[in-house]
Amino acid sequence: MICQECGQKPATIHFTKIVNGEKTEFHLCETCAGEKGDMFSSPSNFTINHLLSGLLNFNGAGTSIGGPSTEKPLRCETCGLTYSQFSKSGRFGCVDCYTSFAGRLDPLLKRIHGNMEHSGKVPQRSGGKIKLKKELQELKLQLQQKVAREEFEQAAKLRDKIKQLEKEIAHS
Amino acid sequence: MSLQRFLQTAVSEWMNGEGPDSDIVFSSRVRLARNLRNHPFPLLATDTEADQVVQEVEQVVRSEEFQNLGRYELLKLDNLSALEKKVFVEKHLISPHLANESRNGAVVLSENEAVSIMINEEDHLRIQCLFPGFQLMETWKMADKIDDLFENSLDIAFDEKHGFLTSCPTNVGTGIRASVMMHLPALVMTQQITRILNAINQIGLVVRGIYGEGSEVAGNLFQISNQITLGHSEEEIIENLYGVTKQIIEHERAARRSLLEHNKLQFEDRLCRSYGILANARIMESKEAATRLSDLRLAVDLGLITGFSAHIINELMVLIQPGFLQMYSGKELTPEQRDARRAKLIRERLSAALES
Repeated sequence: MICQECGQKPATIHFTKIVNGEKTEFHLCETCAGEKGDMFSSPSNFTINHLLSGLLNFNGAGTSIGGPSTEKPLRCETCGLTYSQFSKSGRFGCVDCYTSFAGRLDPLLKRIHGNMEHSGKVPQRSGGKIKLKKELQELKLQLQQKVAREEFEQAAKLRDKIKQLEKEIAHS
Repeated sequence: MSLQRFLQTAVSEWMNGEGPDSDIVFSSRVRLARNLRNHPFPLLATDTEADQVVQEVEQVVRSEEFQNLGRYELLKLDNLSALEKKVFVEKHLISPHLANESRNGAVVLSENEAVSIMINEEDHLRIQCLFPGFQLMETWKMADKIDDLFENSLDIAFDEKHGFLTSCPTNVGTGIRASVMMHLPALVMTQQITRILNAINQIGLVVRGIYGEGSEVAGNLFQISNQITLGHSEEEIIENLYGVTKQIIEHERAARRSLLEHNKLQFEDRLCRSYGILANARIMESKEAATRLSDLRLAVDLGLITGFSAHIINELMVLIQPGFLQMYSGKELTPEQRDARRAKLIRERLSAALES
C-alpha cells in the first residue's frame, strides 16, 4: 500500500480515527505521519509525567492494593483535587495541594530529586515574610512556656510583641 | 516576500549572534517556573481565572521598571493563527504545550526574542531566556532579574521548605531548567555518543531532542539539561551543567581532531558530498536536511568548506521546518510540496551566501 498523503512511499503507519461514530482510515508513510505530528502525538508523547505517575502509585512494599477503601479520599480542600487524580496526572491543582498532600509528598520528592528541602533562591518580598513568620512561631512557643510557668508579666510582654509582629505580617 | 526580508523578521537574535564556544554550543537556555499564590494552577483554572492571571502579568510587563529592560510585547495565543503558533514553536519561543493545549495562554516576547515569558502553560509563568553560544551564567542572571521584577509586584507561590511551588513536582524548589543545545557530529560519527549520554544520565542531567521533552534528536543536535530542581541552589545546578558541557566540548573537539588526523579524505568526502546534495537536490525531507546541514556546518567549522558563515547554517536549520516553510510560502503546503520548497530554499540561501 502506498502512502495516501504523498502517494510516493509505502504506507507503514495505519490508523483509524473515529469521531462521533464517523470512521476515517489513514495509511501513511513514516515521513508524512511524522509531519502530521499532532495526530500521532499521543503514543510518542511518553513524558516524564507518565513515569511520574508510576512513582506516585507506588505505595511501598507491603501495602495492600486490593480491597475497596472505606476511607474518605484524600482531597485538597482549596481546589478539590483528590490524591488519586493527582497521581494520574502528576500535576497539582493549586498551591495548597502541597499542604493537603504533605504526608505523602516527602517520599515522592525524595524519589524524584533525592532531596526534600529547597536550598536555592528565596524571593525578597515573600521571603522576608517567611523570616517574620518563623520569628512569630518562636515567640508563640515562648509564650506558652511562660504561661505554663505562670510568669504572667513576661507573658504579657510576649503577647504584645506577637501582636505587633502579626500586624507587620498582615501589612507586608 | 523576498527571502532577505523574510529572514529579517524570521530569525531571532540568538540564531545570528556569536557567543563563546558557539561552534559546538549553539545556545544556552534557562527557564524558571513560577506561580501566583492566589490562583489555581492552569490545569484547574477556569477561563476567567486564567484570564485574570494574564491581566496581572500584563500589568507588571507594562510597568516602567519592566519596560526599562527593553521593549516587551504580550501576545495572546488565541489571536495567533495555527501557522504562527507553529513558527513560534519552531523558534523555541513557546512550547508545543502552550501552542496546543493551554487555555488563555499568552507569551511576552522581548524585541530580540532572547526573552520569552509563557503565561498559563503548565505553570502560571515560565520565564525563558535563550542566549547564543555557551553563556549559562549570563542567561541565568537575566532570568533571575526578570523573576525579581515579577516578584516585586506579584504574590509568587513560595514556601520555605519546598521553595517555589510548581504544578508538577518535578519542577518544585528552584523551578529552574537550564540547558545547552550542543552540536556533536564527531561524537556521533566516532560512536562515542552513547557512552557519553549514558554517563550524563547518571549524574542527574538529561538529554533530549531539540524541542524538549519527548522530541527526537535531529541533525546531531542534543539538548542537555538538569533534571533535579530541589535541594541544590540555582548556581550549583548551573555550575554542574557548565562543568559537564565543558567536558563534552573537549571530547567533541578531540573527536574532530582525530577524524581529521586519521580519516581525513573519507571524512572530507562525506561532508563535501552533503554540501553537493544541499546545493543541488530538488527534493529534501526535513530529516535529511537536518543531517546534511549538520555535515555542512561541521565542514565550515573545520575550514574544509569556505565561503559560508556558520550563522547561515543555523538559520537554515530553523527555516527548513514545516511551519517556517509554509509561512515563507504564504500558504499551506502538502508534504511533497514542502520537500520541494525546502530543497529550493536551501539552494537559494547557499548560492546567495556564496555571491555576497
